[in-house]
Amino acid sequence: MRTVEAKVITAAIAKLCIDANYYLSPDVYDALVAGKEKEESPLGREILGQLVDNACIARNQAMPICQDTGMAVVFMEIGQDVHITGGDLEAAVNAGVVQGYKEGYLRKSVVNDPMFVRKNTGDNTPAILHLSIVPGDKIKITIAPKGFGSENMSAVKMLTPSAGVAGVKKFVTDTVTAAGSNPCPPMVVGVGIGGTFEKAAFLAKKALLRPINKHNADPMYAKLEEELLELVNKTGVGPQGLGGTITALGVNVEYYPTHIAGMPVAININCHATRHAEIEI
Amino acid sequence: MSQKRITTPLTEETARSLKAGDSVLITGVIYTGRDAAHKRMVETLDKGEALPVDMRDQIIYYVGPAPAKPGQPIGSAGPTTSGRMDAYTPKMLAQGLRGMIGKGYRSAEVVEAMKKYGCVYLAATGGAAALIAKTIKKYEVMAYEDLGTEAIAKLTVEDFPAIVVIDSQGNNFYEEGQKPYRRL
Repeated sequence: MRTVEAKVITAAIAKLCIDANYYLSPDVYDALVAGKEKEESPLGREILGQLVDNACIARNQAMPICQDTGMAVVFMEIGQDVHITGGDLEAAVNAGVVQGYKEGYLRKSVVNDPMFVRKNTGDNTPAILHLSIVPGDKIKITIAPKGFGSENMSAVKMLTPSAGVAGVKKFVTDTVTAAGSNPCPPMVVGVGIGGTFEKAAFLAKKALLRPINKHNADPMYAKLEEELLELVNKTGVGPQGLGGTITALGVNVEYYPTHIAGMPVAININCHATRHAEIEI
Repeated sequence: MSQKRITTPLTEETARSLKAGDSVLITGVIYTGRDAAHKRMVETLDKGEALPVDMRDQIIYYVGPAPAKPGQPIGSAGPTTSGRMDAYTPKMLAQGLRGMIGKGYRSAEVVEAMKKYGCVYLAATGGAAALIAKTIKKYEVMAYEDLGTEAIAKLTVEDFPAIVVIDSQGNNFYEEGQKPYRRL
């Protein structure tokens, strides 16, 4: 049994919150640069150029890529041979978010109650925490700050088996077209297929963590990712919804077994700043 | 597509001269205000009271900036989704508000009010928040300080980049711009 102190987790989370918000990951940056070359619309190319410049300014001057530094979504894979000491895990995670958002001059965007009070908690907590227990004695932490311009454009639909591939394709293109300019395209589209209602949504979010230059390991789903990207780029939405051929930088699909009677599909849209940072402790 | 330089306050004449698809650089003073500030402003108007800032011929920027680091006027400051302000916007336009900067679609009611009063809706590049922050020289809170990032502030900007999306005739560049590239 290996022991890890809770304060080590707090420090790691704090650093990841800052890193994810300041430094656009290389796969997304490269896709913006490549998209600028491929985009057919002149205005679209100008916008993609702004986004490349923006990522460079943020990196060089250590400032957030986007002012919406998101709600902190934390994925933790905890080895079953790890014992956490010196504090409770969830409190350690939230303490990391408090520290990271303060020290990094990140915007605090969380309100305490969704409907009635809506008072800013002032420190961007609570985080959304997804835990899984895995073999081994390591802890892997991934942080994906999620802005709500794009989160608000996401959707879940309980398709039935007869909908098939065509049903999934239509749902994705309809969702992207309806979202239009709102989620800050060029977007990254996470698609979760299978499981149950909530599992599909989780898979869609998890899909956004995979680098966009790396396809699903299953060749059928890898092919679906390619086809979906091509379709999404035919919607005409384009950079910032002002028209063009680069509507998405990537489409990532994750799947899970499901019930004989169903085919849940969830689409989690991310903006061009698909932020994530990870560490293994 | 042409690029125009505009200064604030924005007169009705200038607003009416801008066309959907124009690229503009804005210099002067613009005001911030987003969800909670709009809710409060419209509640104030509904009570028959005056707004804390005179919006006549002004431009409002839907933004909730990141906190400024020491020595900076403002942190990253890109646009937020404008549609969330739609319920409040016609009342703001009736107060003389001349322009809005945000991102994303607007409702039919907003477009009708824009045509009626001669206003313009501009989009700033969503997410280009570090780049946009460089054009903001000064940030002064004017009202609703308790709202934090959602407070109403006066920004002094130089060559703030934006694109006219909906003009005072109701032409919508989100629709017009996408058409030539739609291949589904």
